[in-house]
Amino acid sequence: MSSKKRNTTLPYRLYELFSSMRFAIGLLTILAIASVIGTVLKQNEPYPNYAFEFGQFWFQFFELLGLYDVYHSGWFLTILAFLVLSTTLCIVRNGPGFVREMKGYREKASDTSLALMQHSCEVVGDADPAAVSRRLQGEGFSVREHRREDGSVVLAAKKGAANKLGYFFAHIAMVVICIGGLLDGNLPLKIAELAGRIVPETRDIPQSQVPAQSRLDTDNLSFRGNVTVGEGRSADVVFLNAGNGYLVQELPFIVTLKKFHVDYYSNGMPKLFASDLVVTDKATGKATEATIEVNKPLIVDGVAIYQASFGDGGSPLTLNAWNVARPDGKPVPIKGVSMASQPLRFGEQAFRLEFGELKVFNIEDIGETPGTADFGQKMKDVREVRKEKHVRNLGPSITYKLRDEQGQAREFHHYMAPIAQDGRQYLITGVRAEVGQPFQYLRLPLDEGMAVDRFMRLNAALANPALYDEIARRTAAQALSGGAISPELTRQFEDSVKWVLARFADGGFPALESFIDDKVPADKRQAIAQTYIKILQGTVPVVMDVADSQAGVAPTPVDEAKYRFLLDTLVASSALHELGAPVLLQLTGFEQVQASGLQLTRSPGKDLVYLGSLLLIIGIILMFYVREVRLWVVFHGARMRLAMTSNRHNRDLDRDFEHQHAALQQQVGASHAS
Amino acid sequence: MQASHSLHLSPRASWLKPGPLDWAYAVVVLIACAVAFWQYDHFMDVYEEAILAGSALGLIGLGWFWKDWRWYFPLSGLVSLAAIGIYDHELARAQEAFWLKYLLSSQSSIMWMCTLFVLATGMYWAGVLARSALLQKMGSGLTWAASVMGLAGLFTRWYESYLIGPDIGHIPVSNLYEVFVLFCLITALMYLYYEARFAARQMGAFVLLIISAAVAFIVWYAFDRQAHEIQPLIPALQSWWMKIHVPANFVGYGAFAIAAMLGIAELMVMRGWLADRLPSPEVLDEVMYKAIAIGFLFFTIATVLGAMWAADAWGGYWSWDPKETWALIVWLNYAAWLHVRLVKGWRGKPLAWWAVVGLFVTTFAFVGVNMFLSGLHSYGGL
Ligand code: HEM
Repeated sequence: MSSKKRNTTLPYRLYELFSSMRFAIGLLTILAIASVIGTVLKQNEPYPNYAFEFGQFWFQFFELLGLYDVYHSGWFLTILAFLVLSTTLCIVRNGPGFVREMKGYREKASDTSLALMQHSCEVVGDADPAAVSRRLQGEGFSVREHRREDGSVVLAAKKGAANKLGYFFAHIAMVVICIGGLLDGNLPLKIAELAGRIVPETRDIPQSQVPAQSRLDTDNLSFRGNVTVGEGRSADVVFLNAGNGYLVQELPFIVTLKKFHVDYYSNGMPKLFASDLVVTDKATGKATEATIEVNKPLIVDGVAIYQASFGDGGSPLTLNAWNVARPDGKPVPIKGVSMASQPLRFGEQAFRLEFGELKVFNIEDIGETPGTADFGQKMKDVREVRKEKHVRNLGPSITYKLRDEQGQAREFHHYMAPIAQDGRQYLITGVRAEVGQPFQYLRLPLDEGMAVDRFMRLNAALANPALYDEIARRTAAQALSGGAISPELTRQFEDSVKWVLARFADGGFPALESFIDDKVPADKRQAIAQTYIKILQGTVPVVMDVADSQAGVAPTPVDEAKYRFLLDTLVASSALHELGAPVLLQLTGFEQVQASGLQLTRSPGKDLVYLGSLLLIIGIILMFYVREVRLWVVFHGARMRLAMTSNRHNRDLDRDFEHQHAALQQQVGASHAS
Repeated sequence: MQASHSLHLSPRASWLKPGPLDWAYAVVVLIACAVAFWQYDHFMDVYEEAILAGSALGLIGLGWFWKDWRWYFPLSGLVSLAAIGIYDHELARAQEAFWLKYLLSSQSSIMWMCTLFVLATGMYWAGVLARSALLQKMGSGLTWAASVMGLAGLFTRWYESYLIGPDIGHIPVSNLYEVFVLFCLITALMYLYYEARFAARQMGAFVLLIISAAVAFIVWYAFDRQAHEIQPLIPALQSWWMKIHVPANFVGYGAFAIAAMLGIAELMVMRGWLADRLPSPEVLDEVMYKAIAIGFLFFTIATVLGAMWAADAWGGYWSWDPKETWALIVWLNYAAWLHVRLVKGWRGKPLAWWAVVGLFVTTFAFVGVNMFLSGLHSYGGL
């Protein structure tokens, strides 16, 4: 490809640079490095996360470089565009030469150049050019005969010209793929964003209030966005990720979710996500019904609808609100909707109650930890492709936040169904003050009817000073009849019981503990603490009797199980003080409404990309596996010259050359014999 | 842009002229596929039927092209059929029936595969150090035996997954454990082909090293992490694309691994280490090139298939997910390698080094991404 006269004008020099392999490899290297950055730095996270991670300075610097969405940054797309340019120019530059070469036979090759070839030899004798030509054609060569001026005949043969075709296929493929990719990368949108004609919305506001500068028309060439639709609801827009904010893309149709299906394997792994959809065209009103699944999208109007995720679509809930600040043992029923928030007044305190997700199944793995088995067991385990999975379903759960007027929130995670622990049943609620922390779990013991009422009653009685006299009297009487105290100490004992109850009602075990720490000398603390605990343990059965008879429930004898229940009650009652909220919500019922996360895309470049991929594969096969071979036989009369070249030297050519040599010699023999 | 590698040894490709044995083999494959179709058609969709038909043709072509395949494949099938027969629709028999317990259940087969590969490695090295053709031949025999157990083990595992539950059954290429077995198998088979074709058994000492490394991982993963348990498929993986996307990828990985190990051998020979016991640098160089060429082709196909699958599963043919992106980086790496060899005519040391470095890039794309980066592709976390 050496140009005869050096053209040194600037455009030509640029053309030379852009079409050079050096330049292309440079671009590819940058592309590779940029791609690595994109995999190491998590892309498209909310901006505050980055700011937190890198600090303000680096955050802004990286933002300037577009590192939070590398693959859609201007410079990345520019590299791709240059790659298209460079590859195109490379084809323009090399193409004509390659075409000429593919067509040509090089039948004018001189004797000297043929003799200089690595695979070249003289054969003594004479063969019939027509016969040799026939044989070569039989072997797949195409042959051209040339008669030189000196009378000698040259047979120039070649095969495997498709090898060069491979170059065209593979390189045109790269251009086609990149164009398809750029089309779907939505260059026009990027330009409009750069020019400021389109501005991403960053506020969390209802979709209908998003201003026009953040909305995209239905005729937008390509997009990929998400929307969450609850059962029985519809959507006619999707949201596109755009830097720190989002854009609203209008759809040509309305998508309605009739029903969402989710199915699990017995070990709790998800098995099926599917949405029953109705898609109604805005212009014609034509409705299409279909069920989509993961791996089975629906395509309407060139827009593909995918099953991307799922969640809670706002389920109506009923709850019991228990007052734990001033317990009265009776709940207040309230209503709510998951994924929504509502005001909640409690006494003189006003809260905002923000419901999170309702999860109907909570599958938990309770299998033993691996690595504890002995060798024999391990050998057995390693043969076993099915392992009994120890899983259990903890049932429905709800999360909610209780936000006070100062904006401080506590988050709760509450399981609706009783959960068994150590053979006893509890109602479990986790609480935490900050999002990053683990939940502290509170276990409220349940009675035989699996209800929390008896605990609540007891808790209320423990906190009710009006009952203390009665409780103290009965406790003392019991202690007296049991011989634990003497008659003259009865009064003092009753006072102690009342005092301990009051302290406990004030702040649970920690209140008693802090009193001891403040007032009791160190060497007596242990003994005093023991005494308080004993008093409490002796009192609770009485508290239960009193509370039960107040509520009109028949008293039950205290057996082993009941006693454990009572001890759990003390623990739970004490822990309620650490709840940090005056109210505890108990989920009593729900009506599940699910939501389906849909992804909608329009990608006009897809077919181009597929076409390019096909070309690429064909091109690679042709380039690697079609061997271009050229062969010359020059007939000088009494001797012949055989020469061969291939675009690559390897043992295949050695072998072919030997074969040709032998065949030619045989044909000499043949012409002699005839 | 020039390249060449002919599939044929003499001017006319021998595999286009099948002999009686070739035809017999073809009949066996067709019968096997017909039986599979007749027995399991109700589990297949139209794409899977197409894949079955394509596999039949592909297997016949492979057998005609590579004669050893004609006994290897049916033998592995027979071993697996024996296991299936003994199972008699009862998974629990894996711990009871003698043959299943010690040889034929998928896990026993795979553990045998592991053992045989390690033995083969030792045998090849003994053969190289002692310059003993016999020992090397035994190494090759052990490698074949390991490959039979590996393929049979995968077939049997496929069957076992259906015994666990008809809704759980799936081809065993769905998690890191299964693809590691596949990796060992494909690498060994490709190597066995080159070994015969270039009559250079000493290469086995190097190639089997990387297989043994993978074996070590498999054993650790199974014993320590119980990764061998068959898990049902999450919805994203329930697709016929998996059947072709994953195996295609592993032809690529296997080939790149072979190339890297030969690169090490070539570098050693060039320094004079073991030079009198190993093949010449030219031979190593040529096999290395052939491995990378075929690996690159399959890796390209696998990536395109992955893109087409992604267009069905994730809503776009390219999402710049870490696995995709690293696949692209691997692809660019070998594309560059091929360019400098074929266009610029590089040979020898730099390319050998590059092939070795390429293995690190590939390994990162294969396991590193699963370990360190998360994304859409997080099916095979460690
Ligand atoms: C452009 C798209 C894709 C590319 C470039 C791609 C690339 C790759 C590569 C390089 C591997 C190598 C095997 C490995 O490292 O494990 C792989 C494996 C795999 N891919 Fe993809 N893939 C694509 C799309 C998909 C899609 C859409 C799915 C399924 C939803 C998928 C499922 C798998 C599975 C199951 C494996 C093997 C298991 C494993 O890694 O544990 N791939 N892919």
